[in-house]
Amino acid sequence: MNISSTIGLVIKLAIIAILGYVAATLFVSGELSVAMMLVVITAAFAIIFFFKRFYSVRFYYPAIAGLLLFTVFPVVYTSYVGFTNYGGANLLTFERIQNYFTSQVAIDKSTEEPFQLFETADGLRLWLPESGLLSAPFKLATPEAVTLQKAQEPKGELLPLKAVVANRELLKLKEFTYDSLSLKTAGLKTVASLQPAYRIIDADGRLESYEGEILTPDHDVGFYRNAEGETLKPGWKTWIGTRNFDRMFNSEGIKEPIVSIFIWTLIFALGSMVGTFAVGITLALILQWRELKGKRLYRILLILPYAVPGFISILVFRGLFNQNFGEINFILEALFDIAPNWNTDPFLAKAMVLIVNIWLGYPYMMLLGMGFLQSIPEDHYKAAAIEGAGPVRQFFSITLPQILPPFVPMLIATFAFNFNNLVLIILLTKGGPDMVGTVVPAGETDILASFTYRIAFSDSSQDFGLAGAISMLMFVVVALIAYFNLAAMRKAAKGTR
Amino acid sequence: MVHSSKNLLIKKCLAHGFLWVFLALILFPFFVTISISLREGNYITGSLIPDRPTLEHWYLALGFEYVRADGTVIEPPFPVLIWLWNSVKIAFFASCGVLAMAATSAYAFSRMQFRGKAALLDTMLLVQMFPAALAIVAIYALFDSIGDITPIFGIDSHWSLVLVYLSGVAMHIWTIKGYFDSIDPALDKAAAIDGATPFQTFRWIFLPLATPILAVVFVLSFIGVIGDYPLASIMLRAEDNLTLAVGARKYLMDNKYMWGDFASAAILSGAPITLLFLIAQKYLVSGLAAGGVKG
Repeated sequence: MNISSTIGLVIKLAIIAILGYVAATLFVSGELSVAMMLVVITAAFAIIFFFKRFYSVRFYYPAIAGLLLFTVFPVVYTSYVGFTNYGGANLLTFERIQNYFTSQVAIDKSTEEPFQLFETADGLRLWLPESGLLSAPFKLATPEAVTLQKAQEPKGELLPLKAVVANRELLKLKEFTYDSLSLKTAGLKTVASLQPAYRIIDADGRLESYEGEILTPDHDVGFYRNAEGETLKPGWKTWIGTRNFDRMFNSEGIKEPIVSIFIWTLIFALGSMVGTFAVGITLALILQWRELKGKRLYRILLILPYAVPGFISILVFRGLFNQNFGEINFILEALFDIAPNWNTDPFLAKAMVLIVNIWLGYPYMMLLGMGFLQSIPEDHYKAAAIEGAGPVRQFFSITLPQILPPFVPMLIATFAFNFNNLVLIILLTKGGPDMVGTVVPAGETDILASFTYRIAFSDSSQDFGLAGAISMLMFVVVALIAYFNLAAMRKAAKGTR
Repeated sequence: MVHSSKNLLIKKCLAHGFLWVFLALILFPFFVTISISLREGNYITGSLIPDRPTLEHWYLALGFEYVRADGTVIEPPFPVLIWLWNSVKIAFFASCGVLAMAATSAYAFSRMQFRGKAALLDTMLLVQMFPAALAIVAIYALFDSIGDITPIFGIDSHWSLVLVYLSGVAMHIWTIKGYFDSIDPALDKAAAIDGATPFQTFRWIFLPLATPILAVVFVLSFIGVIGDYPLASIMLRAEDNLTLAVGARKYLMDNKYMWGDFASAAILSGAPITLLFLIAQKYLVSGLAAGGVKG
């Protein structure tokens, strides 16, 4: 056995050990689906890398595993989430929510009294003026409980509230005992005996509060309910069937924005595709013209929008298009005395989104177009010129029919890319201007992807369930587009052969 | 002929004129950004050519504090250079991984015979069209649960983000496979006769031959990762941990608009990436034609 194969073996074992460890701990913490997947991936890894039979699989297994883990699994998982109430108010499992409630503490008001903290020569001492109790000297960092006994007010320096505030976390952990009574700080000024706020009373997981109130778990909605039937936050993650889909298709304030956002998403993706194609091809045609000088310079300058990272140029446009103090309105006002409401008018906001996206995307089409145009034989144009066809006629009857077939897969890919062009919308308009009368955050320029992103990750709403349900709708659309793209690529590939 | 050459001249003028007008419109944002980065203060008012040019935003972007003539000291609002470093670091590691995985996979798909190869290739293409943006809920949940146990692969970890970016390989596999397909099969046969294992053939024959396309894939992946917003925005939390794409947004919040500081930071961080792209653009076109849409 030589050195490199030993190193190989060590690396293999290390990878298996790490994956196995993560999977095992995930099992323990109850994340069964993720753990199962990791186990499968680890087992496959072990088999493939230890058996000579699977030699060829070694070359592509990591890529396939990555795709499974971060693309296929998310699609499946997101679809599953669409059938649950997973979200900001229902993040954890039922057991963890039970633990949350039972670990809450309630202050026993009858034992509450103010305290003072003294710094003495022996250490800190707690003084309860009302009951005349003094603690033994203690240090904050030690874990032992401190006993209290009847005594006189201690001599030493009375610590100001500021010192208590600074040490409140350590002080909170400190237990002070007097006979059977156990006291803890109940705030910055008082101590009291603390008791569990809730305890589990039966196998169903019903809870009784220290005041005698009974809470019943309602697994249908994932919340505890009190006697009046009100739900208590936080709730747990639970299967709620098709309720998210009902909300999507039937609920007032959700259905309307989804329909109009869906339509706008299609218009946006189609408009961006056609717009970038038209601008890009026009420029490609001009740059292909033999008599034109300075092509290299033009080409470099024209692809600049594409070379700059998108997130930077989009943010620049966000500033430039600001309707109150952006440079674009500044110039429009000076030249034409108009100041369009790019940020508040739905139509203008959509126009702005399209303008910016065409700016971002035309160089791609131009670069592709320049490549495809070169493959058109010169004779075709000569023949057309002899026939007396003008440039426009030439374009539509010679150029376009010849470059369109190889272009189709790129056009579909562009459509799909823009259909999900979350970055543009989130950075440029954040979906705004807001639609009126909606339950979930929705804006006039929101596309499905940005809408979903905001439902899942905005501060006001964290509704993973609804986001998952909408994502499923998008998966269907994307799958359709992907299918057409594949068909188009096959056709294009046949055409070139 | 005189008439025709005159006609040609007019046409030429028209073409150049059109291009210049178009360029003026297209490049306008760049000029404005440069101008704003030299303008005093973060207020939006001011002429397009700064009256009193100042480098204060540049000092701030580079992480220095700036003392104005009247003695007021301005602290840099954000750690731009740290963000840039984070972005470059994540993009570098992710792209190295993507390159390694894509190259080995492409070799297998190009040269090895195994069952389900064609189906696997098509599936990869389909799967790749599902954008990561749609998967953010699941990816967040996945790393949230892993992070409870191993924080290095939890939320707010650069390594988790690198792992996620590694999955963006399918398009690149196709690109590299296309290139490998064009390599003469006689070369592998010769290597096999000399006793080379498939891996040795890959390592010592295919990789050196494919250097240009590997560079293209690396740059495409690098630029793609640097520009990612949705994944990074949900995976990273602490201000010092952010990537540039996520952090840059903080300059332009609705309640606080730091236009000048943003402009200088944008130029500073955008310029190297832009240059990289321009230098590589000739080679990139072939990679782009294979279907990679830049984000």
